[in-house]
Amino acid sequence: MNAPVLSLALKSAFNRRLTAILTIIAVALSVSLFVGVEKMREGARAGFERTISGTDLIVGARTGPVNLLLYTVFRIGDPTSSISWDSYQEFADRPEIAWTIPISLGDAHKGYRVLGSDQNYFEHYQYGGGSRLEMAAGDPYSGVYDAVLGAAVARELGYELGEEITLSHGIGEVGFHDHDNRPFKVTGILEPTGTPVDRTVHITLQGMEAIHVGWESGAPSALARAASAEDVASMPLRTDEITAFFVGLESKGAMLSLRREINTYEGEPLLAVVPGLALNQLWSVIGTVERVLGAISVFVVFVGLLTILTSILTTLNERRREMAILRSVGARPWHIFALLVSEAAGLAFIGAALGVVLVHGAMAVLAPLAESRLGLALTGLGPGLFEIYVILAVTAASALLGVIPAWRAFRNSLADGLSIRL
Amino acid sequence: MAAPADPAISARALRFAWPDGAPVIDMPELTVARGERVFLQGPSGSGKSTLLGLICGVLTPDSGELEVLGADLTQMSAARRDGFRAEKLGVIFQLFNLLPYLSVIENVALPCRFSAKRAARAAETGGSVTDEARRLLQRLGLENELIDRPASDLSVGQQQRVAAARALIGAPELIIADEPTSALDAAARDGFIDLLAEQAAASGATLLFVSHDARLADHFDRSLILPDLNRAGVAA
Ligand SMILES: Nc1ncnc2c1ncn2[C@@H]1O[C@H](COP(=O)(O)OP(=O)(O)O)[C@@H](O)[C@H]1O
Ligand SMILES: [Mg+2]
Repeated sequence: MNAPVLSLALKSAFNRRLTAILTIIAVALSVSLFVGVEKMREGARAGFERTISGTDLIVGARTGPVNLLLYTVFRIGDPTSSISWDSYQEFADRPEIAWTIPISLGDAHKGYRVLGSDQNYFEHYQYGGGSRLEMAAGDPYSGVYDAVLGAAVARELGYELGEEITLSHGIGEVGFHDHDNRPFKVTGILEPTGTPVDRTVHITLQGMEAIHVGWESGAPSALARAASAEDVASMPLRTDEITAFFVGLESKGAMLSLRREINTYEGEPLLAVVPGLALNQLWSVIGTVERVLGAISVFVVFVGLLTILTSILTTLNERRREMAILRSVGARPWHIFALLVSEAAGLAFIGAALGVVLVHGAMAVLAPLAESRLGLALTGLGPGLFEIYVILAVTAASALLGVIPAWRAFRNSLADGLSIRL
Repeated sequence: MAAPADPAISARALRFAWPDGAPVIDMPELTVARGERVFLQGPSGSGKSTLLGLICGVLTPDSGELEVLGADLTQMSAARRDGFRAEKLGVIFQLFNLLPYLSVIENVALPCRFSAKRAARAAETGGSVTDEARRLLQRLGLENELIDRPASDLSVGQQQRVAAARALIGAPELIIADEPTSALDAAARDGFIDLLAEQAAASGATLLFVSHDARLADHFDRSLILPDLNRAGVAA
């Protein structure tokens, strides 16, 4: 490509700037959709992988690994059954285990999951590559009726320290039965984590037992209604069952053998999953959706490129004169060819670059919102090699498509000679 | 008239047909001497533009000999013919000679983008390509204030002057004009032809001027009538 042709291509395109601008916009929008989807995907994936870290095994009642992961980590869906405190103790005391976090699920507060645990939760639970839970206000729970709110729960429900809240039995937005005679008090609010912890209400295992005193049959008995909060708190609150527990090992070397041991435990059917593996398995399910989205956005980019092709092809006839003039002053057919290919490539390049700028501009504006509302980490997704590749690929693809009108113009310019029959 | 030793154009047994039609050119002989200003007259559709396309090397004859400025066009590759045209030929069309997205000056300087030799010659006579373009435009009587305007602002008469300046820039050896005056009124037409002929003479170029209008013949050294030279029947 040489300078005279390039500057002619520029001026010629500028002369048709309305169409040029419209095609550039079409390409920019399609590329920003493509890059945007890709970034969301990366963000979702990164956010997904941030949900839990530092935990070597998650142990629960036997079910599918993805299911176990869903209710323990993502706090979605119902735990199918629980495991006994004895089994938990059996493994928790093993020397190769550094720490454990027992968790108990099953209740909710206004649609937010309630998770019962102990101090280990605040001490050992990690997310996002080693971050620990931090208190934004107040302290971790200590009393039976203490509750610690995830950041999103506090923000969305407008709760502050000292607030009294009622938990519901079951998981629905409005429980059939409220544990309204045993209110909890908010003693702490966590810093945002961008993980499902933000949407969880944390109480102690004792608290969990307390609200269920008299609920052994699954529905409130006379005792459940009669016993006051104080009465219950003074009862010996022994936990017999938990939903699952997280395990941190002294050394990773013990992981496989411990996992095998848990999975073949004779006391009751247990399942131990490695969070990373289960996450991958879950992601491969979500990944299908993700790939479909990716494919759609590729098609949209292709449509953007077709816009360039159409815009050039439609002007080709009216530009026969332009080509004949250029030929008469000594332009070679390949100059004509280059003129059209460089126009296609140029429009695509500007459009793609604009699309990248658009999407990153939008991300810069929306990042804080996406991070706090969706737990989607858009930081660290700045423009990089990927964007350069996209711009180059779109430009190259357009140049390739540009060969079609270029070839036609080339043929025309040979067939027309010097006489353009208008 | 005896054939000159070193003719500007010399064709023998030249034949050409468009892919979809009957022969348009079937010419036993055509000679134009160097420095000559020749008028080629023929009715519409008689093949004038086609003949010029052959002479310019944009079209290739089906058979026959064609030498332009001492070069055998039939033996040249398409790329060499393009280079040859860029360097040695100036072409003016009937209408729409200018690229609307270039300024008047850029339009005049256009051939210099495609031929370094022509750019060098223009710079040599004018100081620079743009100065030479200005000088030629002045010679051809284009008002100074129009020079930096976009070409699309000009009247047809003004456009043809710009086209003539473009054909003349960098002193090409052969100027080919394909009915450049058919859109002009009589006064503008005569003025234009005289200026063009004068400038062609000033740079020592050969001028081949084509028109269907026999009344223009007086402005030239010699006039030829295409149907007399061309055995192919007049189409349409
Ligand atoms: N680009 C072309 N393709 C096919 N036929 C053409 C083309 N240009 C001219 N012709 C045909 O060649 C014949 C001569 O046309 P042309 O050379 O333009 O004549 P003139 O310039 O004398 O009016 C006409 O019959 C015309 O239809
Ligand atoms: Mg003609």
